[in-house]
Amino acid sequence: MRTAFINQLIVEARQNKDIFLVVGDLGFSVVEPFIDEFPDRFLNAGVAEQNMTGIAAGLAMEGYNVFTYSIGNFPTMRTYEQIRYDVCYHNLSVKIVSVGGGYAYGPLGTSHHATEDFGIMRVLPNMIVSAPSDPHEAKAITTLFCNHQGPGYIRLGKAGEPNLHQQDVSLSLGQALYIKEGQGNLYIGTGSILKDVITHVNANDPSAGIASFPFIKPLDQDFIADAVRKYTNWISIEEHQSNCGFGSAVLESLNDLYNNQTIPNIPKLKRIAIPDKFIGYAGTQEFLRKEAGLIL
Amino acid sequence: MELKQFASDVRKTALKLVFEKKASHIGGAFSMVELLTVLYNKILLVNPSNPCNENRDRFLLSKGHACSSLYATLALRGFFTMEELYTYTENGSYFTSHINHKVPGIELSTGSLGHALPVACGLALAAKKKNQTWQTYVMVSDGELNEGSNWESILFAPQHKLDNLTLIVDYNKIQSMGTVAEVMELHPLADKFRAFRWEVFEINGHNLDEIETAFNAVKLIKDKPSVIIANTIKGKGVDFMEEKLLWHYKSPSKEQLEEALRQVAEEN
Repeated sequence: MRTAFINQLIVEARQNKDIFLVVGDLGFSVVEPFIDEFPDRFLNAGVAEQNMTGIAAGLAMEGYNVFTYSIGNFPTMRTYEQIRYDVCYHNLSVKIVSVGGGYAYGPLGTSHHATEDFGIMRVLPNMIVSAPSDPHEAKAITTLFCNHQGPGYIRLGKAGEPNLHQQDVSLSLGQALYIKEGQGNLYIGTGSILKDVITHVNANDPSAGIASFPFIKPLDQDFIADAVRKYTNWISIEEHQSNCGFGSAVLESLNDLYNNQTIPNIPKLKRIAIPDKFIGYAGTQEFLRKEAGLIL
Repeated sequence: MELKQFASDVRKTALKLVFEKKASHIGGAFSMVELLTVLYNKILLVNPSNPCNENRDRFLLSKGHACSSLYATLALRGFFTMEELYTYTENGSYFTSHINHKVPGIELSTGSLGHALPVACGLALAAKKKNQTWQTYVMVSDGELNEGSNWESILFAPQHKLDNLTLIVDYNKIQSMGTVAEVMELHPLADKFRAFRWEVFEINGHNLDEIETAFNAVKLIKDKPSVIIANTIKGKGVDFMEEKLLWHYKSPSKEQLEEALRQVAEEN
């Protein structure tokens, strides 16, 4: 996924001289092709995320569309107030790229488990929040972010995630899309854990529908309203705390759509998410997902 | 003489403002009045009728709580009217008591400390990348040098030879709950900056000639950023406010306002 991101960023940077990449001394063996081609639009800000985000804000004030790149919680939590006040309040074109979303860096420990990012990012005004499920979505979001004025967040996996879409996808900002349509149950997910949904549905619930939500914010209201009329039972899955996450956002939307009479009823929604806990031991991403109860 | 009058007018305007709106932070607003006076009359290339002009110099006030004197400076320079200024802190006004970029002439909203220097580094870097000649100036308080984010930037700026960046420390030596020496000693501050590879100027931050000389000297420094450590007096210009922690918080009474205005006028 990170390869899809950097490759597409390079493609975009070739035609858009405002694209700028800032890393927090991370990205070894990933960002080098960008550095080689655009040395003047690359900066290693060092292990100093607050300064990194402030610099990104300054660069964006002068017209650059700046991507800040680091691992897990470092480009978000470590510099949260700079994101809120410098970037979001001033509505600047800074895109935060976090590699290793969820338990992707499972063996590295809790410091590297990024499982609260949706919540802290989606509460910020002006912020677009995205989590591609596969390299095709990562590519499409990168293109969108390169052409979007304003703040954005993209949660990437690391490397080697399988393609869930058969080919490149075209996304508009906030758009959800079906992996497959069906009836009865609708499985909705965001991020790379969507792969587990496809495996499960193929084996156990072949008539169900599956939808990918590459964007947690804005959430695709039209898609949700339409799906309410087609599916009675919904199951959401995310590699994130159950509080303030993707399922929470869907529930909020369902409530609001019902309240403003856009939808006639609220479907039953089973949320699969991390039950308000840290995991303090090592494990592969697959192992830790099971330990956290992220099982269909 | 003209600059002295301007500084006096800034103090009078800010005094009336904080009295009228029962606002705080007059002490830190007064310690930087001469610095603002020189910047906005002698140094900064800014155009009040075109505040977003691409080639303007950028000035960022990191100690955003002390903005009453900057708002007053901008009003006196014609960035907006006195009438607009007097909406300060009122319902619906962009003139918040921690500085707001929605006010003409304000580059960056601050108020949370330790934010402006990193952004200023980004601005200065952008100017370098784009071969633009405008300068970036950023003013911090001494208390906010407790913030780690500043020291990330203080490491960064010399690494990238940001000689188009000037940091001004309003070194009034009193922070929110005590003196700098009591809370988090900065001394020897100049040595710290030199160790971090900055060009250092130490001046009397109330002496208009010294201030102007320092800002002009900064322009000759190449390949590294400069810091002007301006030794100042919190509450400068009003004897019962000077060096008093209380005036970080207090708003003057009617009697105190009149006495303060008298002293400021007399000083001039």
